[in-house]
Amino acid sequence: MAGKYRFIGKATPRKDAMDIVTGRARFLNDLRLPDMLYGKVLRSPYPHAIIKKIDKRKAERLRGVKAILTCEDVPDWKGGTPRFARVLDRKVRFTGDAVALIAAESEEIAREAIGLIDVEYEVLPAVFDVEEALKPGAPQLYDEFPGNVVTPGTPFFGPECLKELIMGDVEKGFAEADVVAEGTFSFENIPNPLPPEAPGVIALWEEPNRVTLWVSNQFPYMDKITLFHVFGREVEVRTIGLPCGGSYGSKLMSWQIQSYAVLLSRATGKPVKMVMTKEEHLAAFTLRPGSRMHAKVGLKKDGTVTAVSGKWFIDTGYYSMTTQAQVAVALGEVQIMVRCPNWDLRPVIVCTNRNASGIVRGFGGQELKCTLVPILSLAMTKLDMDPFEFFKKNYIKPGDGYFWRDGNWYTCRGVDFTKAMDKGAEVFGWKEKWKGWLRPTAVNGTKRIGVGVGVHGNADIGEDASEAYVRLHPDGTAMLFSCVTEHGTGQRSNYVKMVAEVLQLPMERISGAPSDSLVNPYEFGPAGSRGTYAIGSAVIRAAEDAKRRLFEIFAPKLKVKPEDLETEDGEVFVRDNPEKRLPWKAMGVDRTITGYGRFDPDYTLTNCMMTFVEVEVDTETGKVTLLKAVNATDVGQIIDPQGLEGQLNGCLGSAGIDSAIFEETIIDRYTGHMLNSNMIDYKWRTFLELPQIENVVLETPFPSHRFHAVGVGEIATSPGPSAVLMAVANAIGTWLHEYPVTPERVLKALGKVMSKVRKGA
Amino acid sequence: MAVSNGRLVRKKDLETKRINLIINGQPYDLEVGSGSHQVDPAHTLAHTLRETLGLIGTKVSCDMGACASCTVLMDGKAVLSCMILTVECQGKEITTIEGLRDPKTGRLDPLQQAFIDHTAFQCGFCTPGIIMSAKALLSENPSPTEEEIKEALSGHFCRCISHYQVIKAILGASEKVRGDRDGR
Repeated sequence: MAGKYRFIGKATPRKDAMDIVTGRARFLNDLRLPDMLYGKVLRSPYPHAIIKKIDKRKAERLRGVKAILTCEDVPDWKGGTPRFARVLDRKVRFTGDAVALIAAESEEIAREAIGLIDVEYEVLPAVFDVEEALKPGAPQLYDEFPGNVVTPGTPFFGPECLKELIMGDVEKGFAEADVVAEGTFSFENIPNPLPPEAPGVIALWEEPNRVTLWVSNQFPYMDKITLFHVFGREVEVRTIGLPCGGSYGSKLMSWQIQSYAVLLSRATGKPVKMVMTKEEHLAAFTLRPGSRMHAKVGLKKDGTVTAVSGKWFIDTGYYSMTTQAQVAVALGEVQIMVRCPNWDLRPVIVCTNRNASGIVRGFGGQELKCTLVPILSLAMTKLDMDPFEFFKKNYIKPGDGYFWRDGNWYTCRGVDFTKAMDKGAEVFGWKEKWKGWLRPTAVNGTKRIGVGVGVHGNADIGEDASEAYVRLHPDGTAMLFSCVTEHGTGQRSNYVKMVAEVLQLPMERISGAPSDSLVNPYEFGPAGSRGTYAIGSAVIRAAEDAKRRLFEIFAPKLKVKPEDLETEDGEVFVRDNPEKRLPWKAMGVDRTITGYGRFDPDYTLTNCMMTFVEVEVDTETGKVTLLKAVNATDVGQIIDPQGLEGQLNGCLGSAGIDSAIFEETIIDRYTGHMLNSNMIDYKWRTFLELPQIENVVLETPFPSHRFHAVGVGEIATSPGPSAVLMAVANAIGTWLHEYPVTPERVLKALGKVMSKVRKGA
Repeated sequence: MAVSNGRLVRKKDLETKRINLIINGQPYDLEVGSGSHQVDPAHTLAHTLRETLGLIGTKVSCDMGACASCTVLMDGKAVLSCMILTVECQGKEITTIEGLRDPKTGRLDPLQQAFIDHTAFQCGFCTPGIIMSAKALLSENPSPTEEEIKEALSGHFCRCISHYQVIKAILGASEKVRGDRDGR
């Protein structure tokens, strides 16, 4: 493909690179508005309680305090799916739930005021385990959800939203199987993706019912829509997206802190900034859903899956906003990983008294795979079947179909990923390292080496709608209007690069409009790896539309038909007679040309990421060390090689592979307090512990847009965790049934310690 | 806050309730007190830099000395500005990310250029802190090995996982530093 494109596929500096390396990049907390107040939250010390009385008089008398709001002072605004979680409620449902909101002239004063509010609670029993929460007599979190079950909730993706996966005849499928295996695995360590920038917002209310929010979110336009509904569809919401200091999915939704700031601004008439402390970020912001599965699978000798049946418990914490959506997508994704005609997989979404679950990279699919892949592995073990061969055989091929999140059946028209998988296996050395199930690759004294493999992909790369404008200026520059913030993927620059390629205009001459919902058209936002195909398509079409309009204006001037024209470096010329050319300025200096592009959802393309891992297990200490990871994918066409490398290396952090090895939140099951809500006790990988990573990226042209590319950033974290569990099992000869593979769990599996292993959240 | 004309008062600073320090080559004479323009004895250096002086390039993430995002140079050494009180900085010379460019020419430090060339960041929030630690490293050790770079950056939290590209950028900058010196 070399030489095919002038910009696409080339390493180019990020548009925001200069701001980032000089410290000029303005993240949310770097912004200060005149007369701005600072907001803080009084949070519940109990996991489940009724608020009997709040006395805020003492706090209100503190100099500099401008407003204190409790559930009695605020409108009945609600979020959640269905909409049942009040912004401030009389009942608190987790340790950290909001009790009162404070606005003051400084953060110090707001903090001091928190301590002056007296609250009388009636403490209720709490429940922290999904299956305990389902038992008769368990503490009930909401009157609206008897038995703590929020399934199926309000359909998130329309009336036919995928809520369970039932098709074919599982009994017949099990009868046809050569082996059947059954097991229970859980991925309930509930890690925090933990972006360095804590969630925050600045809100400015204007009478009578208009509010502007400066957000540090991944979805600035959707914030506007989400909040519009939370605020009872009576408030005009404008959102301005700032650079986002990491999200990994988690900052797709920050409706609660956003609502708090809006209420405080409404009460004071002043702009209010609220930024979570790191402790709040860990202990009170949304986390990954918990996942536990009891399932049975049937396989034939050749690796054909004949049936899958089981119950999937999803712990959504104290409320659910997007969990139903994550379940729907996960149920679609599991069909992309495993071709099987007979399914009976029934999810149940359960409320418990811990932080709410929200969106994290992997979006349900990672949670599901972390529990189902080990059960499939139990069946593969009986057949002595190589898991790499199993995944290669079962992963979706063009022409195969699946039910996707909206409940409709789609036929895949993408590419065959076999070549990428084979190349990944070759680079990793899978054939040499794979010694069979529960057999180590090597044993060096007390240390054992094991290998594992996982795979993940979605049909979300074409999900949801996008719109964009491209505006051409007579001075030979252009501007892209797309309501996307830069959250680390480099996509804001990549869209400029796409416009540059369409217009043959250097990237330096193209700027991006601020991600302000007031000036940009509809944009769902970059998620689910949809940025490259979905948003990219809207951007490309807008640039093509602008170019078409440009040629219509220039055709009479150059006395040719519009289709005979080309443009390059801000000049229009006749294709067959390049001497005949005019600068864009000839459009007239009193004119701009605006092109519009739209993308409508397309669920017929899938992406794929296969991750191979090699771990070393110290059987004396129980420590698991990741030695090597190889990611194999096919992206159709690389847009930016360095940006892509960063995204793929991201497989480790942000609730990826490391959430299988050492990352977990630990909640005290008596008090509901998170015990490691700081960055010393919550473990993360340092520079000294980097494994070797190799990324295998193929470029088989996809039938996507004019550059034949698809996105893979979001899925980079997802195949790794189950591969780690598999690698550890192979190293030590026995399965661990929970994540992460901490030393105590490994030693327990080895029979070296007998103590009961504590569980995360 | 007042800027003294290059004069640095070192005696009886606390008695007179003033803190004198040099930030990015410019002398600052700060009053100690609880007003919004003053330095409260409880203020960290990070707070003073960001909130009092508007040097927002220094980023605060954990605010408890765990993530190194707020790293600045103090007398040439990398320090965590969230773990140092401003009142402890009497007479110190501080360099922040804003002070890394050549003040006269505006030319980027070779490290900054290398971070751009290697796209050694994703979200970019932890980048200023990482660059400051790398600057301290290269000042002390102009040709570090990969292991020495990892050791020097071991306290830095980067959640996007740009570590690999950061190491490449620093190695690139160290060669450049060497190249520039040899070329002279």
